[in-house]
Order: sequence, then C-alpha cells, then structure tokens
Amino acid sequence: MRTDTPTPASFGNFTISRLLQASPARVFAAWATQEGKQRWFKALSGEWEQIERRFDFRIGGQERLAGKWKNGMVTDFTATYHDIVPNERVIYAYDLLVDGKKISVSLATVEIRAEGNATRMTVTEQGAFLDGYEDKGSRERGTTAQMDALAASLED
Amino acid sequence: MLATLAQGERNIGELAAPHAMSFNAASKHVRVLEQAGLVRRRIEGRSHVLRLEPQAMAAAERWLDQQRSAWEQNFDRLADYLAETDPDAPGNESP
Repeated sequence: MRTDTPTPASFGNFTISRLLQASPARVFAAWATQEGKQRWFKALSGEWEQIERRFDFRIGGQERLAGKWKNGMVTDFTATYHDIVPNERVIYAYDLLVDGKKISVSLATVEIRAEGNATRMTVTEQGAFLDGYEDKGSRERGTTAQMDALAASLED
Repeated sequence: MLATLAQGERNIGELAAPHAMSFNAASKHVRVLEQAGLVRRRIEGRSHVLRLEPQAMAAAERWLDQQRSAWEQNFDRLADYLAETDPDAPGNESP
C-alpha cells in the first residue's frame, strides 16, 4: 500500500481487431489452453526471460506472466478471468506491474465472431492508468500528464 | 523556463529565480505556457507546481504505441500459430 499521496488515475480504452484464418473454436482454444496461449502471448524471445507463468483458465481463475527484459526491466501481468463463453467471449481484469510498481489495472474483453470462413477477434481494453512512476526523484517525471495525454489519445 | 522544467517539476518561485524575474512576471509567463498547452499546473497547498507537457505527450504516445504494438505482435504470433496448427492445411497433421 502506498503511504505518499497518489496523483489521480487516468482512464482510457482502445480496441484492436484482427481477421484470423481459423474457426472460432480454434481461436478460442488459443486463449483457453496453456499450450495454445503460451505460443503467442509472450514477449519476443531473446529480449525477455520468463520468471513465472501460471495459467488457470476458468471463471475466477488466475493467470500470471512475469518476465525480465534484457535491459533489466521486470514486467508482471496478473489476470483474473471474469467471464468465459466458449468460442465467443473472454473477459479478464489484469494488473500490470513494471519493476514492482503497478502502472495499470485494466479490463480486457475478447470477442470472437465467425466472419465468412474466417474469424474476427476483437480485443477491447479499458484501463485505469496509475502513477507508478511518479515517486519523487524517479527517472520518469510527469507521469500524470503522460497518463492524461494517454487517456486523451486512447479516446481518439 | 521550459529548459528548467525539462529537468523536473518546479514551483513558480523556482522558475523565476534563474531568470531574475519577479514572481508576478513568472506567474504571467507560466500562464501563457499553460494556455499554449506546454506546461501543466498542479496546486499543492499554497504552491503551484508546474511540469512540462510536450515531453509527457511524447511519452504517453510511446506508452500507447508500446501497448498497441505488444498486442499487434501477439496477434501476429497468434495468426502464425493458427496457420501452423491448421488441420486442413496441406502438410499439417490432423489432430
């Protein structure tokens, strides 16, 4: 828990979408199975070393992916699954920590829809962006303004 | 003044000092910078703390780019993975 006064959170959301040449069931399986998800949900190999991966894909279950980057930065993703509809939808909330500091808490909604012979996958992320870099004397100053600007740009 | 702010947050007095400006003159200057969207003001008790905006904008854009590009890279890998494991594709084993 923080003892100094936090600066306010900022909020933003964005959506990205991709048409995938596979059935909705195969796209869903890439989210729902550990062997599927670890094939694509990761950092570039060589730039990142895994610290921990946990995967418990069920409503209320948790996923964690923590790793150390070449430059020493440690990123830590911890998610809780809130809604799972096979072959259609996955909703999870996640914390993102960088070097032990929480920088965002987000809700991610994954929607999977057949489109012709392919599958449209849409990820919408709604986040509260925090002031994790804002400690006095830290290398990153002005994070509140950054996050305000980020929120503004996310709303474009 | 912007160069000073590039080094970190300053209050109006601290911004005025190196330029031998009066507090009022510095305050007026800050207001112009603020209206131009170059600096952002935060009020802490009786002190107005200023910070530089353009740097922040660039950093926010970088952060957003990183977030989006991480997703795009994940999607690229997902598309590759789906192609590699396509049961109907020639050369791939049926499960």
